[in-house]
Amino acid sequence: MSTHKITTQKVNFKVFRFNADEDYLPYYEDYSMEVTSEEVVLDILNRIKWDNDGSFSYRRSCRHGICGTCAIKVNGRATLACKERMNDMIELFGHELTIEPLSIKRAVKDLIIDKGDFWAKHDAIHPYLISDVQEHPEHEHLVTPEEAEELLEADLCIQCGACHYACPVIEINEDFFGPAAFAKAYRFEADVRDDAHTQRLVELNEEKQGIWDCVKCFECQEACPKDVNPIDKITKLHQMLFTEGVATSNVATRHAVGFKHSILKNGVLDEGGLVLYSEGLGIVKHIPVALRMFTKGKIVPPWGITKSDNLDEIQKLVKSSSTAKF
Amino acid sequence: MKKLKYALFTGCTAKQSTPEQYISTFAVADKLGIELVELTEASCCGASHLQDFDDFLSLVLNARNIAYAEKHGLTMVTICNTCQLNTAMTKHRLDNDAKLKEKVNVKLREVGLEYKGTSNVIHFLYAIIDDFGLDKIKDMVVTPLSQFNIAPFYGCHNIRPSELQNESHKKAENPYNPTSLDDLIIACGGKNVDYEAKNKCCGFHVELQAPKTAAVLTGNAIAGAMDGNADWMVTPCPLCHLKLDTQTGHASEAIGREVALPVLHMQQMLGLALGCSSEQLGLKHHLEKVDFI
Repeated sequence: MSTHKITTQKVNFKVFRFNADEDYLPYYEDYSMEVTSEEVVLDILNRIKWDNDGSFSYRRSCRHGICGTCAIKVNGRATLACKERMNDMIELFGHELTIEPLSIKRAVKDLIIDKGDFWAKHDAIHPYLISDVQEHPEHEHLVTPEEAEELLEADLCIQCGACHYACPVIEINEDFFGPAAFAKAYRFEADVRDDAHTQRLVELNEEKQGIWDCVKCFECQEACPKDVNPIDKITKLHQMLFTEGVATSNVATRHAVGFKHSILKNGVLDEGGLVLYSEGLGIVKHIPVALRMFTKGKIVPPWGITKSDNLDEIQKLVKSSSTAKF
Repeated sequence: MKKLKYALFTGCTAKQSTPEQYISTFAVADKLGIELVELTEASCCGASHLQDFDDFLSLVLNARNIAYAEKHGLTMVTICNTCQLNTAMTKHRLDNDAKLKEKVNVKLREVGLEYKGTSNVIHFLYAIIDDFGLDKIKDMVVTPLSQFNIAPFYGCHNIRPSELQNESHKKAENPYNPTSLDDLIIACGGKNVDYEAKNKCCGFHVELQAPKTAAVLTGNAIAGAMDGNADWMVTPCPLCHLKLDTQTGHASEAIGREVALPVLHMQQMLGLALGCSSEQLGLKHHLEKVDFI
């Protein structure tokens, strides 16, 4: 017989409520509950609905962390309600917890949001294998374990939207594809059976959806309940753009490549030189701020830069270790 | 207590666009009796952009920087969140992948170096909190910052990815509710301002390619601190500092509201409390005037 003891502790919940058909503004309802050590966040949502208010609305389905339906936010942290243990939430945030939808501005009813933008972007990257399948194949299309590993677990994505709505760029630039769509694009780009390889990359590289506009905040990696690590996949896509010869010369690609040139020359970065290399003539727009910085001793001219000691070592390594061309 | 000694990786920004951070680092270390051996051989870490182009080159260069700290037999201390990310990420990957480590070492041996994995990599903020201790700081404060509401701005790459960052320091930081910088403000006698944007992104890394996104994020951060009634902000990251201090014009325009606050580096705040002079902390280098002392 198990000796495991179930304990309980009191937790105060502030729960987001909103009905787009009736309410002008959202509000928060307070619930105080005894929470047992065995419960997950979804149990709390169920108890609010079943014991307190039948009109409380949220999405749920599999209860096994597979369907991706029940993603919400607890104290600002995206979480799969069915997977997240209450004990962990209490350990992380204490006994005052705020439960909100993944995106407040997309709330339809309580924790239910309109995920239309998520699905539109998901669809836009052609999230399926594009392959010229022969009707009567002569042999199996084998994928080696090593090739399968190249997916880097991008195939574990359950489209819950946690990373998408944790991404700060999504809130600012409505064209930005976001971490989920990019990670999904990588999932197929890395699949050896996929034939759309370059074509999908070319489409991804169009400026509008912002493959280069990731702010590198790592919110997506933190939010993902399946450890897909979307930002890592965005980095992989950047590398693919170069290795497949799809990258075009723009401010972002020159910015990435510019570091190599600067390191080769000085070991350290030449900040002004990098901006000039990245922007070209576009550098004029930075002049007003640069002048103010100059008066405060914040601009070092190229001839004033203290180069790294043992620069010859660095130069030798840049030459011998470079793996990419542009 | 044994004198603390670290290998200092300054990064590039402290030697160029944030000179005040460079001098205040040494001023504070001097006050605390911490010895810093500057790694003058270090190269740029790639600033989270080089690996978008050439991942292996980025690994080799960062491994080389760590190898120099190892040669000194010292823990490496960083003073830039992004240097911390790139260096710690390199260490994490090499320490967990013997094949990759060997591949990198083949290159390093060409120049007579080797990456062993013997030096830890921590941001100066955590060296101060973990190794020196906030209680001792409290005892050493000569000018308590008690009249100030100070808004901490953490910077992404010190708190995310949490799994990586929490490998290097003792007190695990919750990326959704970080406390280290708040604790330091309190130790300096100041009042910490709680506001939503304190653990959010400043937008620095897309300033060239997505200026609007970058400006809105900067604007939101400063506006949040202002709404929290902050007198000034403090950050451990020179890149966040550049955004918050030099880009207020673009930020104000992007969010349709005039925003500006003085922004201090973590070292400058600590230096003020410890009695360093304005000159020792380089306060004249700020665009948003620091005129409250």
